[in-house]
Amino acid sequence: MSIKSLDPRITREQLPDESDNNPIKELHQWQTYEVFHQSKKGDRHIHVGSLHAPNAEMAILLAKEQYARRYKCVNLWVVKTSDVFITDYDDEDMFEANQEKMYREAGGYKVMDRINKFKTEHKKN
Amino acid sequence: MYGGGYIFEESKNGHSEEEDQIKLQKFEERIAAGEKIEPSDWMPAEYRKQLIRMIEQHAHSEIIGALPEGTWITRAPGFRRKLALMAKVQDEVGHAQLLYSAAETLGKPREQMINDLITGKSKYSNVFNYPAVTWADTAVIAWLIDAGAIINQVANSKGSYGPYCRALERICLEESFHLKYGHDNVVFLATGTSQQRQMVQDALIRWWPPIMHFFGPSDKISVHTETLMRWKVKMASNDDMRQKFLDMYVPKIWELGLTIPDPKLKKNNETGKWEYTEPDWEEFKRVINGDGPCNKERLAVRRRAEEKGEWVRNALLRPSEKYTVPLS
Ligand SMILES: [Fe+2]
Ligand SMILES: [Fe+2]
Repeated sequence: MSIKSLDPRITREQLPDESDNNPIKELHQWQTYEVFHQSKKGDRHIHVGSLHAPNAEMAILLAKEQYARRYKCVNLWVVKTSDVFITDYDDEDMFEANQEKMYREAGGYKVMDRINKFKTEHKKN
Repeated sequence: MYGGGYIFEESKNGHSEEEDQIKLQKFEERIAAGEKIEPSDWMPAEYRKQLIRMIEQHAHSEIIGALPEGTWITRAPGFRRKLALMAKVQDEVGHAQLLYSAAETLGKPREQMINDLITGKSKYSNVFNYPAVTWADTAVIAWLIDAGAIINQVANSKGSYGPYCRALERICLEESFHLKYGHDNVVFLATGTSQQRQMVQDALIRWWPPIMHFFGPSDKISVHTETLMRWKVKMASNDDMRQKFLDMYVPKIWELGLTIPDPKLKKNNETGKWEYTEPDWEEFKRVINGDGPCNKERLAVRRRAEEKGEWVRNALLRPSEKYTVPLS
């Protein structure tokens, strides 16, 4: 028995109505790439998601369809997921010292108090 | 679209006992504080399992959901509508891609998900087991099924799993075009000739029961989902989403002078809730388990697409490559 559909194209395909269980194989969807999108020249590239592709050229092609189909895009990067190295959220504490190192921050330098004090002292004299 | 009325696996009570209680508590605190869970974070096995199930069903619903409308591309009335329908169908297939990636971050490879779909092991939204008999059916689908999907997806985009939320934000942007496009098509028919009005009325009569099924079984009979709600996997109860849908769209259907095939449907002004004839949940179960008008066709078409693409996948396959789980 083949499938009868309201769509004549499907009926013409004479699809069997039982599964012959021919599963797709490992890696048949290829490896994954991460996609970075730039919406305007001068802006930074922003990570927008990932996709499957057999090579970088195809990844660009698919990224254009998947992530740049709408809204402005001037440039795309794709990077193989396996080439991305990542810090561990469990090691988040390694960034914690940042706040203590105020000598590296613009906000760590407050001079107005001293200047004002200096000015009032000099007016007196 | 799509994907309301997910089928969650019934969880055995006390599954959390096997989990590390300290980690579990921290995990639940993070979710309660509105933080997002990322793929590399610790998560309970049950959370991972139910999320894979839900996101996978959602992805399948997008890819299968493109089929009923897709059959009308070659027969669309006019070039502009053909272009618009092609764009919508492409969007839906793109949604599937985004969602498969999100599900993969939880550890299930895409090939396995596709195999589970084409062998009938995993489910997709039940509404797509019904046929699009005329062009008007595609209009009703694009308007009302997508409307239902938007309610569901907007709710889910505020869930706890980062990759799923980010995919949904992108998807929701595109859905607004689907909704407008569908509404435009319905309005065109409903304000057209008497034959066009009849077409869209008939389509509405055919699609009303599946639409009422869309958000899944009534809260009275659906499995317990408190844990899933606390974990922000499920964001609203089936009945609440159905009420929201009725609130937003019944007036818009009525203003076109169309008849909804449910004599009991009315808003109770005291409770603020819609009253309706209880949908036929036996039919829902029967269809979702394979016995609907189009189940076999949908899977056969999907299977044929995989078979026909196999030589391309083989030609481009590099055996030296290794699969890497996508980042987010
Ligand atoms: Fe969609
Ligand atoms: Fe849609």
